[in-house]
Amino acid sequence: MTKFGEKQPAVSLEKLEWMYEQMVKIRYYEDQMAEAYMEGKTPVFNIGAGTVPGEMHLATGQEPAAVGICVHLTKEDTVTAPHRPHHHAIAKGVDLKKMTAEIFGKETGLGKGKGGHMHLFDPEVKFSCGGIVGAGIPHAVGAAMTSKMKGKDSVAVAFIGEGAANAGAFHESLNLAAVWNLPLIVVVEDNSYGISVPKKASTSVESNDLRASAYGIAGAYVKDNDPIAMYKASEEAVARARNGQGPTIIEIETYRYLGHFQGDPELYRDETEVPGLRQLDPITKLRKMLSESESVSEADLETMEKRAKQEVDEAYQFARDSSYPDPESALKDVFSS
Amino acid sequence: METAKKRMLTGNKAMAEAISQEMEKDPNVFVLGEDIGKYGGIFGSTQGLIEKFGPERVLDTPISETAFIGAAIGAAAEGMRPVAELMFVDFFGVCMDQIYNHMAKIPYMSGGNVKLPMVLMTSVGGGYRDAAQHSQTLYATFAHMPGMKVVAPSNPYDLKGMMVSAIRDDNPVVFMFHKSLQGLGWMKQLDVAVDHVPEESYTVPLDKAKVVREGKDVTIVGIQMMTHYAVEAAERLAKEGIEAEVIDLRSLAPIDKDTIIESVKKTHRLLVVDEDYLSYGMTAEVSAIVAEEAFFEMEAPISRLAIPDVPIPYSGVLEDFVIPGPNNIYEQVKKMMDEA
Repeated sequence: MTKFGEKQPAVSLEKLEWMYEQMVKIRYYEDQMAEAYMEGKTPVFNIGAGTVPGEMHLATGQEPAAVGICVHLTKEDTVTAPHRPHHHAIAKGVDLKKMTAEIFGKETGLGKGKGGHMHLFDPEVKFSCGGIVGAGIPHAVGAAMTSKMKGKDSVAVAFIGEGAANAGAFHESLNLAAVWNLPLIVVVEDNSYGISVPKKASTSVESNDLRASAYGIAGAYVKDNDPIAMYKASEEAVARARNGQGPTIIEIETYRYLGHFQGDPELYRDETEVPGLRQLDPITKLRKMLSESESVSEADLETMEKRAKQEVDEAYQFARDSSYPDPESALKDVFSS
Repeated sequence: METAKKRMLTGNKAMAEAISQEMEKDPNVFVLGEDIGKYGGIFGSTQGLIEKFGPERVLDTPISETAFIGAAIGAAAEGMRPVAELMFVDFFGVCMDQIYNHMAKIPYMSGGNVKLPMVLMTSVGGGYRDAAQHSQTLYATFAHMPGMKVVAPSNPYDLKGMMVSAIRDDNPVVFMFHKSLQGLGWMKQLDVAVDHVPEESYTVPLDKAKVVREGKDVTIVGIQMMTHYAVEAAERLAKEGIEAEVIDLRSLAPIDKDTIIESVKKTHRLLVVDEDYLSYGMTAEVSAIVAEEAFFEMEAPISRLAIPDVPIPYSGVLEDFVIPGPNNIYEQVKKMMDEA
């Protein structure tokens, strides 16, 4: 059983509040997305139909991984994310309206409707994601390399699932980043499953931070989906990166409340598993912790929650109100002139 | 003027000079790849760069094509202008995800919000007995897929001018250089691998084919070595009164339809010659363009010469049999003229 929240953490109230509000925002965003996704998919489920067609990978339960490190980043730092990217995007400050419009396939979207939920690009806050497992790590290496070449102190964070740690790109990138001593942090979100295959059936080590020793770099492990422990591990990793002390692998034990994608029958796990995980919910725990603090009132918490939800509601409304792109615009943007 | 004309460079030196001049001009340009530092590139394309710009801008990488081509993409997204070398195009298999799913698609998927101003340069071609895994051109494999400009210059002048254009282009450019046209001391010496190259910087467009020999009887479209073989064949045909027009395609994507159509409207006959596999390749593309846009101009069926859908064999007699040469081109044109 997790202990976080029982002791006073060495994290400022301001940061805790930021993390709480972001986690609420992410959770609410994903809940709204799960609903929007089902519009037009009943009574018969057709993945290509509805308001939000295509695959949908939601991050409900995995919020601590994103907020615990993004709290240490600025607009100048780069984040690459995988196929399950909404929590990272929100924590990195991606334009929520344009992001939602993109997921709805609208012309006002980040990619004018050409990318969709797995391909979100917001250069304003240096965020990108992609649908190929492990492939974002080399891009983060390139961002880290640019930072070093330009003499900046910005860092690059590549978020991946634990399944991606068995892809060649993981090994090649970490070796290269280590050889060149780059400001790179790879965050491995261990949600126990690569789609359906459990980690112990796919991974030769207990946790992927142990693989850091293979590259001669630092590794850290965060258990219990704990945003405060993630905050601390990330604080050290980001400081190392900013100070020219090279890359870090952080693995966080996190929980995926939903299927790999919406519509996943989840036959690979016991039906008591998710209700058990939800008992350990990090948002509930952080709320309790904040409410026990003398400096935070119930009204303060409600204000944060209301603000977060309002921003999400406005983003969904913007997406719904936006137009679909002109079909012929499909022919544009292959090349820039 | 006289002295300028005498400035002769090999293909590899022309390429390296282009990169060097762009590196001097723009601090965002840098080079990375395997053995591109002190070695100067296995095919000499980065000769002298590390001495001039140091290891901070000329980066030898581990044998990790996915990581360093992916890193070039990440750096380009941050505003750098990387020139990455994939040592042999045949090695694309270990990194095609980065090349095709990312480099070629990110600008589109981002709705044009992310630009990737990068060059992926790679050596192509056979004819020197390096067998199936080191002798392909794979022109069409890359040109087939949208999102990349794909060029294949055939002489030192174009190698320099097109490399300058490629580095300055805001889009990903796959720059294919032919090993035999680098003018390297350890390969067969070809006159066409040495050419007049002005010292000052200049550009050659990435979307224009070039008529390298004018003629009225038949159009031969070639690329890189096939262009040179076509010129050789044309000179022999001229002695028999057949005037072949030879087009150096230079750019596979975008392809210069106008130059091809204009030529066949004059000659009414077309032979397409390629050092890539026959099926679904450049010869098919050029033939389809002419069939669609100039069918009624043609006086003879379109003809094609290419690798006959087999991997490149090792033994010299076998390799020479599958790669089109000047003699094949000569024979094919003779046949086309006799049939008409």
